[in-house]
Amino acid sequence: MKEMNIMVVGVGGQGTLLTSRIIGKTALNCGLDVKLSEVHGMAQRGGSVVTFVRFGEKIYEPVVEEGSADMIISFEKLEAKRYAHFLKKDGIIIVNDCKIEPMTVVIGSAEYPKNIIEDLSKEHKVYSIDGKKIANELGNPKVLNSVVLGFAAKYIGFDKKDWLNTVEMTVPPKTIEINTQAFNKGYGE
Amino acid sequence: MMPGSAIGRHLVVEDRENRLQQDASSLCINKVEYGDKKIGFITSGICYQYVKEAFPNASVLKLGLVNPLPKKLIEEFAKNVQTIYVIEELEPVIEEQIKSWGINVKGKELFTKQGEYSSNMLKKVISGKDDKVFAKSESPNRPPILCPGCPHRSVFSVLNKLKIHASGDIGCYTLGAVAPLSVIDTTVCMGASISMLHGIEKAKGKDYIKNWVAVIGDSTFLHTGINSLVNMVYNKSTGTVIILDNRTTGMTGHQEHAGTGKTLKQEETYAIDFRTLCLAIGVKNVVEVNAFDVKELEKTIKESVNNDVLTVIIARAPCALLKGQVFPNKCLTVSENCKKCGMCMKIGCPAITKNEDGTINIDSSACNGCGLCLNYCKFDAIKKVERV
Repeated sequence: MKEMNIMVVGVGGQGTLLTSRIIGKTALNCGLDVKLSEVHGMAQRGGSVVTFVRFGEKIYEPVVEEGSADMIISFEKLEAKRYAHFLKKDGIIIVNDCKIEPMTVVIGSAEYPKNIIEDLSKEHKVYSIDGKKIANELGNPKVLNSVVLGFAAKYIGFDKKDWLNTVEMTVPPKTIEINTQAFNKGYGE
Repeated sequence: MMPGSAIGRHLVVEDRENRLQQDASSLCINKVEYGDKKIGFITSGICYQYVKEAFPNASVLKLGLVNPLPKKLIEEFAKNVQTIYVIEELEPVIEEQIKSWGINVKGKELFTKQGEYSSNMLKKVISGKDDKVFAKSESPNRPPILCPGCPHRSVFSVLNKLKIHASGDIGCYTLGAVAPLSVIDTTVCMGASISMLHGIEKAKGKDYIKNWVAVIGDSTFLHTGINSLVNMVYNKSTGTVIILDNRTTGMTGHQEHAGTGKTLKQEETYAIDFRTLCLAIGVKNVVEVNAFDVKELEKTIKESVNNDVLTVIIARAPCALLKGQVFPNKCLTVSENCKKCGMCMKIGCPAITKNEDGTINIDSSACNGCGLCLNYCKFDAIKKVERV
């Protein structure tokens, strides 16, 4: 498999960290060299969060650089816009169609951009999913990240069983079933 | 070490340094990877990864030991490679030593002393190549914010209302500096909140700090706040110090501390009592308040800043993210009562947003039901209900 650079971005608390770990572990289990780096500390406090996952035959640098991302998986629209310039020429964006206003917008010192997905689609290949709706239908809003991961997994590659193996190994034991369901929903089954 | 032994001991240290330097050139952690001998890099740590990413075919001397440097190995590398770059972040520590031996290397005349390096940056500087394809677009900032149900927000909302300045400290509560709370005016290092208030009082006089307080977390207070408070007592300072006691070390991931009653291994232990501690070092006025009791907090702060007595206010309520916390309530909007005044938005709670029509919405999945917003709504447009 050729080298792949993925960024998982979102708002602190959405589960981006766990998602990037599942991607990293899946690549590792498939025998690839993996580097993963993440933002710590304030990640739980509603700030903008970015994690990098790189895998291939041999990986050196742990971060994805501007102009080198094959894929951005964004859990929120504005965050997709914020990091879109990291993409390669033919890189793709997987975006959860959800709007979370940052405090700067809430207090009126900035405006939340309109038509983000439409604008991003002019320059990039964008695939969007309403993860929140699907997670709510499954009865647990917390499995949003598994829905988005399932949706992104199709575009990343690897066998579905490899993905489900890592989901099973990574999520809390009590939530394996619901997370598997969520992954399958996102994957399109 | 006794001062008298120090001179004699220094001979031992020098001898050790010399032997280390001789051995450094044959240590396996200092390794040379020869490739293209026209271009070479001397580097260590994370920078090695950037170099390999950007110039996979170049020659590299990777240092595993940076002090003392392997002089022989570096001299040999320099003889074999045409152009050598020293790649190190921040100050030119390795570079200056190598240059002092008369070896010609390139370093900070090309590369920045600021921030983290990247393979892109190395490529840009050395070969003028930039991988960047798309321009960065403007996006509104998304700074981190205090969580819903955070007791710090309650204290800051009162300070904001009273237009009181705060010298701040290191912790989640440093976020009290950002809008809309905008209370904290200074942040330097752990314990500095109290020392700075002390300094302001000494420099400008006790009347100047009538609209100032120091805010410091429980863990930070035990770490380096006590000594500053001892100084205030000893040097007859006035002023108000608020200990934001959320029963944990919040920002770094909920480590226990000497005031929580648990060791890092989660064993039961003695919990230092802040009130007793403050009284023991000579603080005359110590007041304990529930951090969510906005009225009591307001009254206490008003009284103490106008007093010429050093006061410690312990504002206590557990961190909303602490394990085992239960939130029996949640807040709801009563839209027909909402006058769109936006007062509840002034507390900067991430669970509260505006609807298209200007009324407010409370996200029930985010709300922890602390009820702070109720204190700021004059029109009964928010109610607290039991979570079912």
